[in-house]
Amino acid sequence: MSTYELTMPVSDSDIKKLKIGDVIFLNGTIVTGRDDCHHRVVKQGKEFPVDIKGKAIFHAGPIMKKNDDGTYTVVSVGPTTSMRMESCEAEFLKETGVKIIIGKGGMGPKTTKGCVDSCAVHTIFPGGCAVIAAKEVEKVSGVEWLDLGMPEAAWIMEAKKFGPLIVSIDSYGNNLIDENKKTFNERKAPVVSDISAKLDFLE
Amino acid sequence: MDNKEQLISLLSAFICHASSHLPDDVLKRLGEMREIEKEGFAATIYEAMFENMKLADELKRPSCQDTGVLQFFVKAGTKFPYLDDLADVLREATIKATKEAPLRHNAVEVFEEKNTGNNVGHRIPWIDWEIVPGSSDVEIYLYMAGGGCSLPGFSKVLMPLEGYEGIIKAVFDQMTSYGVNACPPCLVGIGIAGSAEVAAKLSKKALLRPVGSHNPNPRAKMMEEEIENGLNKIGLGPGGLGGKLSVMGVNIEQAARHPATLAVGMNTACWAHRRAGIKISSDLSYDLFTHKGVTL
Repeated sequence: MSTYELTMPVSDSDIKKLKIGDVIFLNGTIVTGRDDCHHRVVKQGKEFPVDIKGKAIFHAGPIMKKNDDGTYTVVSVGPTTSMRMESCEAEFLKETGVKIIIGKGGMGPKTTKGCVDSCAVHTIFPGGCAVIAAKEVEKVSGVEWLDLGMPEAAWIMEAKKFGPLIVSIDSYGNNLIDENKKTFNERKAPVVSDISAKLDFLE
Repeated sequence: MDNKEQLISLLSAFICHASSHLPDDVLKRLGEMREIEKEGFAATIYEAMFENMKLADELKRPSCQDTGVLQFFVKAGTKFPYLDDLADVLREATIKATKEAPLRHNAVEVFEEKNTGNNVGHRIPWIDWEIVPGSSDVEIYLYMAGGGCSLPGFSKVLMPLEGYEGIIKAVFDQMTSYGVNACPPCLVGIGIAGSAEVAAKLSKKALLRPVGSHNPNPRAKMMEEEIENGLNKIGLGPGGLGGKLSVMGVNIEQAARHPATLAVGMNTACWAHRRAGIKISSDLSYDLFTHKGVTL
């Protein structure tokens, strides 16, 4: 396991250095996009309104505060459940050229293949740690698709040393959470049968 | 300020406080778990969790960006003098807290598919009423139902011959799949009843009980402990990244079932379990009993 600091846009060779379990810190442009952004790009064929080639898409719906001069400040922005985007992420990667997905929890086989095909990674930011993440954003430089509402809009943020981001899917087809789930399921069977044996309450 | 406005201000402050501070029982349990999770990613994640709570308090910001759909569980004394206004007060307090905390806009109207922008929508905030005969107090539990921790929720009706072991299987399967994404360590709420909606509702009410409390029925208590220990043996760890533990606890609530059905409902609360309880008396004095020593 290694730790890297990367500045965006990142190249394929940057991505190829990364293996599951590595930790990265990111500098540069991170754009939020979750259910509705994926819906528009993949299901409705609309062009993502920000050029995120080589950059990061953050599965997150932030709390934003509008300042008097019309700019925004991020109050809290933590990761949302990445698995919700599983059905669309591989196409989203291909369509936008985005290289780093930030979210929480795992993603499935379709995204794992998408990360191989598009040379990209999925990373995990610690869930529920939204104030830490907000402190690592230096500036909100814009917003697109605000008609989708505060959580679903594409917020463009400039971040410094954004992390820790744990690489959970690498560009070689490895999936950390999937491996964990296999272990969890192996441990589950004996535990379930042990408890079940104690629960016949009928006299 | 008239009494209604005073109540709106009090409850708005209550919501704001809950959005940035976890209740005493959850903090205590997370502290105990942190002492056990000293290795690997688990240690890193616990460190981030506690740093985040500290920052949320210092900066007075919601600790998680997902401040949830607001749900209120009200134990309403029939002699509480402001009962007529209470539903309206809760809606107004939600709108006020949305601006003041600020909370994320989390009410999306179904069919219109538009975010209302103020956390108030059709039947939202959700209000659950229980009548307390003769009391002049009102007890209000707030639950900020986030998306991540609401996703593992389910309810299904088993056939009695599937037995309590059918419940165990359903709960464990859900926890090792969806539970991994729900910001573990979670508090797991389980409802057992005769139909889907009763089991589901009880599973949410189970999450309002403190972490570490037990069902007074000895068999239910045994089942809570068995499931908790069993889930911990699986070692989901914080964030599903692996560790020595999986859950903060397991709370079960039950209602008598139909002879031909055995329904199970499950809900999870993420580690950032923003549940708060306040008791308000007829003179509008209050006790924030989940967050001791706090003045709003």
